[in-house]
Amino acid sequence: MTAIRSSTAIPVAVFALLAAVFGFYLHQIGTGEKDAAEVPSALIGKPAPEFDLPPIEGMEGGLRTADLRGEVAMVNVFASWCPPCQQEHPFLMRLARAGVPIYGINIKDKPKSARAFLRRLGNPYRRIGADLTGRVSIDWGVYGYPETFVLDREGRIRYKHVGPILAHDLETRIVPLLKELGG
Amino acid sequence: MIRRVALMAVLLSVFSAPAASVEPDEILADPGLENRARAISKQLRCLVCQNQSIDDSDAPLARDLRIVVRERLTAGASDEEIVRFVAERYGDFVLLSPPFKAATYALWLGPAAIFLIGGAAVAVFLRRRRASVPGEAPALNEQERAKLDRLLGGDGAS
Repeated sequence: MTAIRSSTAIPVAVFALLAAVFGFYLHQIGTGEKDAAEVPSALIGKPAPEFDLPPIEGMEGGLRTADLRGEVAMVNVFASWCPPCQQEHPFLMRLARAGVPIYGINIKDKPKSARAFLRRLGNPYRRIGADLTGRVSIDWGVYGYPETFVLDREGRIRYKHVGPILAHDLETRIVPLLKELGG
Repeated sequence: MIRRVALMAVLLSVFSAPAASVEPDEILADPGLENRARAISKQLRCLVCQNQSIDDSDAPLARDLRIVVRERLTAGASDEEIVRFVAERYGDFVLLSPPFKAATYALWLGPAAIFLIGGAAVAVFLRRRRASVPGEAPALNEQERAKLDRLLGGDGAS
């Protein structure tokens, strides 16, 4: 009798355990808390990579590592050809109006299109570097557009967001982190 | 008809080269370096498609990374240095064969552990079954023998 009980109980227990674990992750993916395709950044906690980018042709500025030190700041990788970048743009404008320093890396864009994009939607960036080859973006570990990084005062990367920053991300992740870092 | 289709499928799979996305302008003049570049590229995951290597993927990022690999090879970097260069930026997830370390013990050792546990369970099960089935059945007693004879319609002469 006990032999029968233990031989049925073990598979049932294993099944229940697996179902609970899978169910938990599925639930997280379902609620958007977790994205199965998202890759944790290797750069969290590390200083921003060394780079020096020229400005978008026909504009002022340019961007290099030294620009990112001394202040809690955001770095946003964007392009005029990237629809989700347009989608998040109003939220960047809102942050910029609130005084958050945002720096842009304009990736593989035509200068003319990039200028038109910023004229049409507004320019939330303190400075913009043009990454025409995408090489600096590789140093930042960028694989999807847009991507946004939050840096602390020492210029260390504290958070990375892949995909557009929308109202939910702003409220639950970005703004609390900026406050925590004292930005 | 079915035979012909099957034959065609076999021929296609035999003669088609594995698809690679390396474009002609990327290929290095030195075949030795190019072979190393191909081998390295096959170990690196394309983060856009995620289940393809950068050698297989047509994504622009995969192309950029293939070029980075080749540039560093030409500059004299070792295979390990190049793989580390990419992993430092994109994390261990880019390595199609994940490194053996604390965070991946379950991944590397899990299958062997499960195999051993399963094997042990099968061994225990077999041993128990053997114990419950004795090698030789006990002989029939008088009563049983009589009943058997009756059922077989015999006269008990055997």
